[in-house]
Amino acid sequence: MVAFKLNGKDVRADVPDDAPLLFVLAHDLDAFGPKYGCGRAQCGACTVLVDGLPTRACVTQAKAAAGRSVTTLAGLGTDGKPGRLQQAFLTEQAAQCGYCTSGMILQAHALLERQPNPSERDVREALDGNLCRCGTQNRVVRAVLRAAQEG
Amino acid sequence: MNATFGRRGFLKGAGYVALAFALVPDEVANAQAPRAVLPGDLNSVRRLDAWIRIEAAGRVTLLVGKVELGQGILTAVAQICADELDIDIERIDIVSGDTARVPNEGVTAGSFSMPNCGTAVRHAAAEVRAILLDLAAQKLGVPVETLSVEDGRVVGANAAASYWDLALGQALEREATGTVAPKPAARHRYIGRSVPRRDLPAKVGGAPIFVQDLRLPGMLYGQIARPPAPVATLASVDLAAIERLPGVVKVVRDGSFLGVIARRREQANAAAAQLAATAQWKVEKSMSGDAAIFDWLRAAKPARDIEIMNKQRADGAVPAKTLEARYMRPYHMHGSIGPSAAVATYDPAGSVSIHTHSQSVFETGEAIAKMLGLPRDKVRCLHGQGSGCYGHNMADDAAADAALLARAMPGTPIYLQYTREGEHGWEPYGSAMVIETRAAVDAAGDVLDWNLELWSTPHGTRPGGEAGNLLSARYLEKPFAMPTPANGGPPNYAADRNAIALYDFPGQRAVTHFVTDMPVRVSSTRGLGAYANVFAIESFVDELAHAAGADPVAYRLRHMKDPRALEAIAVAAEKFGWSKWTKREGRGRGIAFARYKNTAAYCAVALEVEVQKRTGAVRVLRAVASNDSGHMVNPDGIANQIEGGLIQSLSWTLKEQVRFDDTRILSRDWADYPILTFSETPPVEVALIDRPGAPFLGTGEASQGPTGAALANAVFDATGVRFRRLPLTPERVRAGLA
Ligand code: FES
Ligand code: FES
Repeated sequence: MVAFKLNGKDVRADVPDDAPLLFVLAHDLDAFGPKYGCGRAQCGACTVLVDGLPTRACVTQAKAAAGRSVTTLAGLGTDGKPGRLQQAFLTEQAAQCGYCTSGMILQAHALLERQPNPSERDVREALDGNLCRCGTQNRVVRAVLRAAQEG
Repeated sequence: MNATFGRRGFLKGAGYVALAFALVPDEVANAQAPRAVLPGDLNSVRRLDAWIRIEAAGRVTLLVGKVELGQGILTAVAQICADELDIDIERIDIVSGDTARVPNEGVTAGSFSMPNCGTAVRHAAAEVRAILLDLAAQKLGVPVETLSVEDGRVVGANAAASYWDLALGQALEREATGTVAPKPAARHRYIGRSVPRRDLPAKVGGAPIFVQDLRLPGMLYGQIARPPAPVATLASVDLAAIERLPGVVKVVRDGSFLGVIARRREQANAAAAQLAATAQWKVEKSMSGDAAIFDWLRAAKPARDIEIMNKQRADGAVPAKTLEARYMRPYHMHGSIGPSAAVATYDPAGSVSIHTHSQSVFETGEAIAKMLGLPRDKVRCLHGQGSGCYGHNMADDAAADAALLARAMPGTPIYLQYTREGEHGWEPYGSAMVIETRAAVDAAGDVLDWNLELWSTPHGTRPGGEAGNLLSARYLEKPFAMPTPANGGPPNYAADRNAIALYDFPGQRAVTHFVTDMPVRVSSTRGLGAYANVFAIESFVDELAHAAGADPVAYRLRHMKDPRALEAIAVAAEKFGWSKWTKREGRGRGIAFARYKNTAAYCAVALEVEVQKRTGAVRVLRAVASNDSGHMVNPDGIANQIEGGLIQSLSWTLKEQVRFDDTRILSRDWADYPILTFSETPPVEVALIDRPGAPFLGTGEASQGPTGAALANAVFDATGVRFRRLPLTPERVRAGLA
């Protein structure tokens, strides 16, 4: 059994000790944002925030999140009521397939929390561990800078 | 079916009634009367109500066989439908890629969706509108010419009726005639506007929208245990040991095919990994190794040699000199960020339904039916979105594998998403190619005779209704042999796509050496042969320009006649600032052009690089692309495709090659097969050329080829050294400069 806060709500899941946080979120708790991409901390598709820090959920055991606060996309807003960064992604149409998008938004959210006015270079460096195969990198950068400006 | 993943319409059709009319193209019905050729895919699926339904309560359903791959196609067809029907776009619900419900439009690939599906929707909607207008005229008792439509409200001088009040009866239950002209561009409300993508709110909001997000009641998790090498036979395996692992419900063996079903995903993955590691395999050395692949290709048999062009020069001018070059492209991965996935349920009564992100739901369903020994109509494929695929990745294999596992546990939905290693190591790559060019030029350096020969393994091994094209089917107890792939012929071609240069050379010959032997699994990858052929053609044209002492832009312009090509090249050069550019140490500029397939979108790319001589590192500083896709339906969608293709092509050209030894694939994850990162991505500017009223031209693959060549040309400009073998890694560039 593991218990933590997910997007502000207390949740618990009866899972094996070594269950990865990614699969517990996606399959036990129906948090659909984080995605499996590589399982090796190489692509960022699974990125969530644990106590505000961007974390690769594929290589993090769920029990490491016990008692902590986990944030996924739904914690920033929803499709009906997007948060500021999510809205900026919509305004810039910063996706193609959108499989990488969840990880991008959470990684960028952590950057903006730490550094509300990043330079373009800061944004690129912060997102260097997040892969996008569709080639939307520049749109993502524009979306993050837009959210920073509007913040 | 009661799926969590239902909100977005993917499963809205649960409980649907099977439709009574044929949704498959029928060439039979019509032995006697020749029928009119209808526009786009309307020609093969001719019933109006196969495409468009006027529903209750102010809704319209659009049914399309093409599927959303992240390219924005469903948004574009909704724009077209809304404009031609004169309704608000919000009224449209789309059903896409459900083999039980939508028109069979074949494969969503090859930049055909806009010309074939977009055009069909456009004409079907225009005709439906005309029918509705006639009905309204009757109802209102006024001449049809006096009516206008606003958001489905048909308005006359004194009265109005809405589409949804009309007694439709069987009015739409008939074939299209193709006699209703679509609207002129000036009256479009949505076409030509950057309407936001329909699917992005769900994607940024974390709502379930991908096949990977599907959750069905009682669902279990599967994973496949592959052999260590492509040519391998299972010698022995201890299934009982795997069955005892935590969470394992079932171990599935069928010949050399091995898979597991477990209660949890990580349990399935762990058990499959252990199964693969402990099984004993008889492995064959079947490959040349990546370093030797180009020599292998050049000498490979069996090959078919096809002369695809032979235009003899009429004049008797004697060439001043002849230049030659040889270009090489390695195997590339599709490299989807999300490994392929599917969810399959095998009904004990002998049918299977599969949620898949396949590009070819109909043909894949047929191939799976053959593999399982089921009648074709017992396999239903439902398309849901997946991670971008860029061609034939493992989407179809995942659908087939989920079905194989599901058959072992009838009634239980089986969720399968491959591991990263499983996708990297087993997907069908874009084929390696060798291209040799030769040109005889006159004293001014202008081309008299152009000659290109290419060597390639196939670019199309999609399921195509054949079980042997599904990876696992070849390993079953009763294996299905892989059919020998064919090369595509004119006008689109496959290995030789874009092998005919669009330039107006006095003499031109092109020969394809199509190698059907496949040491490495290959299939359609964005652009097929076009990427390598354009890389070769546009590098060689650059070489000829330099040999002639001519500016590469001017040299291109003087060999080209097609006015749209001329404009595309000129616009890219102008936006780049070609004529104002000044050379600096270590910097270079390059340009390249192609019209994709010589029939689809026009695209020219100009870019600037900086090359570090000491390390060999190439940095792209900025890139500009021009694009002409005919009449633009969604400018931002086009720009997104052109820019995305450009960035992906930079990644291919700078970094990518699949590694393998004589037995196995060595590129198993992103560390072994790196792709372009944020910091390496240059700013990209896209200059769109609109052609209102002109046909829609496919865009999704247009920028790959020009980008690769522009990059190599820029590296030449920066260093004076010509690189003809890809990728342009620092090691290769450093070695070339030494
Ligand atoms: S899935 Fe976790 S980093 Fe790739
Ligand atoms: S949008 Fe497709 S991987 Fe990033």
